[in-house]
Amino acid sequence: MYPKKLIVLLTFIIISFSSIAKVYSIEPDIFVQSTVNRAAETLGGDLTKDQRIEKLKEIATDTVDINGIGYYTLGNYRKTINDAQLNEYKILFKEYFLKSFASRLAEYSNPEIEVTSKKKLNENYTMVNSVLVATEKRPAVKIDWRVYTKNPNKPMIRDLIIEGLSLARTQKEEFSSIIESNDGDINALFATLKEFIK
Amino acid sequence: MKKILITVLVSLILTSGTYADTDGQNSLSKKKQGKIKDCFEGLNRATFSLNQGLDKAIFKPVAKGYRNLPSSVRTGTSNALNNLSSLVTIPNNILQGEFKTAGVNTGRFVVNTTVGVLGVFNVAQKIGFSKYEKEDYGQTLGKWGVGPGCYLVLPVLGPSTVRDTAGSFINILGGDPYYNASTHGNNEFLNDSVYMTTKVISGVDFRAKNLESIDNLEKNSMDFYASVRSLYLQDRQQKIKNSNPTIEIMYEGDWEEVESQ
Repeated sequence: MYPKKLIVLLTFIIISFSSIAKVYSIEPDIFVQSTVNRAAETLGGDLTKDQRIEKLKEIATDTVDINGIGYYTLGNYRKTINDAQLNEYKILFKEYFLKSFASRLAEYSNPEIEVTSKKKLNENYTMVNSVLVATEKRPAVKIDWRVYTKNPNKPMIRDLIIEGLSLARTQKEEFSSIIESNDGDINALFATLKEFIK
Repeated sequence: MKKILITVLVSLILTSGTYADTDGQNSLSKKKQGKIKDCFEGLNRATFSLNQGLDKAIFKPVAKGYRNLPSSVRTGTSNALNNLSSLVTIPNNILQGEFKTAGVNTGRFVVNTTVGVLGVFNVAQKIGFSKYEKEDYGQTLGKWGVGPGCYLVLPVLGPSTVRDTAGSFINILGGDPYYNASTHGNNEFLNDSVYMTTKVISGVDFRAKNLESIDNLEKNSMDFYASVRSLYLQDRQQKIKNSNPTIEIMYEGDWEEVESQ
């Protein structure tokens, strides 16, 4: 009697957990739309500019894979630096990214973004396509979001591609230019990042 | 004589980028586009600073003034300039083997020039013509497999490559019917100054459309020169491939290496 009850109980637990997992698996397009809505709410609200920036930083920390972008931005240089330098870079990059991201977005007021479609590239990445709806001052702008989906329960944004121009790639080439102009010295990048963050 | 000089100049520009690399391959014939070299970076950075100075002193204030014009005037100007650019786009559609697109663009040009009053009204769009995509000789050379050569920053004109600069010269070698009509057309409506004015308005129109985005980019860049170079080269690569950014995914390999979670 007990074993049968136990089996039923175990089966119930397994089914419950698997359906919980299903419930919490987030589709990348829904994730992007909800992130965009959060940002739009912040930008369209009655907050001061500083409050907006703080709120946007909070949203970015939740939804953007800042470490992943940091590694990508560093390119091949990440293989040549030691652990201490890598840790320093991670801290500086996070501050740099949040400041630059929030400052870029804070200029916009009430942007309307509509998610239009998505394309799964592979197990790790899905590209979500959206449009920044046209206003009287500017035409519609295509924005694609590279979403890292390795953990389907916690998708993270890794790149924004505006009219085909990748922000992460632009940043990577900018970083690489700073290092190259200083004879490959990574400390020059750190100094520039510190200057920017100030 | 002028044509001969220009032809020699174009040949020189094209061949100057045609050196053999260490693997013995000619750099202009490589189809796969890797990192584009900034061979003249020192000079380019100096020209970039000069352009920034000119922008702050002249182009930006003029563009801001242009922004104050009624939006119908700006839209009309932009439409007319786009319509004129079809004269370069259509031959390039043909040179790239895009005959159907050439036909559509010719239809668009005829409709907009006549019913749309010299292109001021984009009637073609209203009656259902597909979205207009500009093409130029630099893109055609790229499509034919000519590599970009080195990155260049031209005074006043801004970012370019050896190939794209050569492509621009083709316009004044007979490739742009509007230029031909303006300089050799023997008509009372067009002349060199009208052509130059059109080009200047075109620049102001572009600057006015991008006032905020360029300011924002400059403010958030640690190396503005490198950011502009990256964006220009990405844009050209995409235009040459005629890729739809929502479908075509470039640089996938770089992302595959990144693992952090």
